[in-house]
Amino acid sequence: MTQLQSVPSPSIHSEDRAHEADHPTSPVAKFGIEQPLKLDCGIDLAPFQIAYQTYGELNADRSNAILICHALTLDQHVANVHPLTGKAGWWEIMVGPGRPLDTDRYFIICSNVIGGCMGSTGPASTNPATGKAWGLDFPIITIPDMVRAQAMLLDRLGIQTLLCVIGGSMGGMQVLQWTAAYPERVFSALPVACSTRHSAQNIAFHELGRQAVMADPDWHHGRYFERSTHPHRGLAVARMAGHITYLSDAALHRKFGRRMQDRELPTFSFDADFQVESYLRYQGSSFVERFDANSYLYLTRAMDYFDIAADHDGVLAEAFRGIKTRFCVVSFTSDWLFPTSESRALVHALNASSARVSFAEIETDRGHDAFLLDVPEFFDISRAFLESAGKARGLDGTGS
Amino acid sequence: MTLQEQALPLGGIAPDRTGKYRTDHLLVAEMIAAGSKVLDVGCGDGELLQLLESRGIDGRGIELSREGVNRCVARGLAVVQGDADTDLINYPDDAFDYVILSQTLQATRQPKPVLENLLRIGRRAIVSFPNFGFWKMRLQLLVGGHMPRTENLPATWYDTPNIHFCTIKDFVQLCDEINVKMERAVALDLYGRPVPLNLPWWVWNMFGEQGVFLLSRGGKGK
Repeated sequence: MTQLQSVPSPSIHSEDRAHEADHPTSPVAKFGIEQPLKLDCGIDLAPFQIAYQTYGELNADRSNAILICHALTLDQHVANVHPLTGKAGWWEIMVGPGRPLDTDRYFIICSNVIGGCMGSTGPASTNPATGKAWGLDFPIITIPDMVRAQAMLLDRLGIQTLLCVIGGSMGGMQVLQWTAAYPERVFSALPVACSTRHSAQNIAFHELGRQAVMADPDWHHGRYFERSTHPHRGLAVARMAGHITYLSDAALHRKFGRRMQDRELPTFSFDADFQVESYLRYQGSSFVERFDANSYLYLTRAMDYFDIAADHDGVLAEAFRGIKTRFCVVSFTSDWLFPTSESRALVHALNASSARVSFAEIETDRGHDAFLLDVPEFFDISRAFLESAGKARGLDGTGS
Repeated sequence: MTLQEQALPLGGIAPDRTGKYRTDHLLVAEMIAAGSKVLDVGCGDGELLQLLESRGIDGRGIELSREGVNRCVARGLAVVQGDADTDLINYPDDAFDYVILSQTLQATRQPKPVLENLLRIGRRAIVSFPNFGFWKMRLQLLVGGHMPRTENLPATWYDTPNIHFCTIKDFVQLCDEINVKMERAVALDLYGRPVPLNLPWWVWNMFGEQGVFLLSRGGKGK
């Protein structure tokens, strides 16, 4: 067992992270000044780039493409070794040959969100006007901005209609935004553990995380890269707080209980006596190695601003009026960050819009993060939903 | 006997495949035109919905039990977890051509508003339920002196989800009361065969193990 007495300094150098932000270890689509990304805040972002990964083969009639939208702290490296951490892709359990998102049948795309730090333009990218990182000069981005950028990427890839858009948490928000903004481009949608708007409680947790980052003296008002430092302590605290919201009381109890970390008795100090403390510190320190602190501020802000109904005169059903997209909404019983009631409100709106919708609540004690874990019932439902969508779209059942 | 043969076998299903589906489901399916949009309230594990989809009907379902919903979704059906008593109000008027309530009416807390909602959401409703006036039921209460239990309703009185049993006669009265038009009525006997049509209501109420009704909104002024 690794013993972690405090949040350690990162072992991945800031330079590696900065390099990845501009020159990602994955394909990049570059958009010049003639193709700006029109942001909700009124600014045209240009030039900009989108880093993405693909898995599987696009079929001849381009009908088997599935877009994965990633969550807040994840990236495009769904099913390949992560270039910074060297760890396996974050959704290898779901994506691969014979997996629910079967790479033998589907063409899978995942792009780093705008505002991210793994190769799509964000606060860690170099601002062409100054030759330095954007930092807080980067414009505020929203979930609709992320989706607009993804639509431009799909145009570039020559894909008009997606067989499915799938994503959990912030990824689920993007899925819903896809269906609201481009219903004709989305044949089916699988929003998981998400909501049509960010709740006050969730905004509050995000504010806690942002304040932790900004309170770190190494943050320097977002210009830490000029001083070759990184507010890793503040960002680690933000991650620790966030991580608690991704789990559940039951999951924490089952995993750690009140067990001690490599010791029998309390040390009567502020060391990580408890396993749960040690675990959180590890989560915090490993996160800061791969994630940019400013990016964390921007992406949490984008989630806070998300409210589909507000964009449709406060009536959620209006966002989905006449929609032909097939929906499968999934929530988890122990998810208190995006509780089932949020998914149910979405389902009611979809029903009112006469949309073809399935809704399954999956029993698990693993909290919000359940969508990333081995939950067979979720896999079965995803697989069956994609198969029925594929059948309805006339996909050959045996191969691409 | 000739009347029974008129009703069975049902159109669109090959004889060798009829065994796959329940008779009451086949009867319901036969009442619905292809291309219709249908909501099955209390759809269980989706057996009826799957039959309807195989006949080119656009089916949706609501199911109370999580296990049932997840089995339906795993079958590729469009089913949401919900409660007939509380969730029907969320559906807009005229959203469906038919709303089906198959063997679920007796398990709702408020059968009357549920029935009214069915015919608000759908232009037609198909309702089937176990007939508490069935002779076996009557006999068990009369002679045995205990709450009836049958092959199709094996639960004891203290653990049954069925809290609002009625007879065919009761149901016909309720339809009358809320101005619902009965377009078609079929009683099925213990073996799932239709009770001959030319027999009077009291025979249905005695020998029908379950009733299947095709309903529409009644005219105004009643």
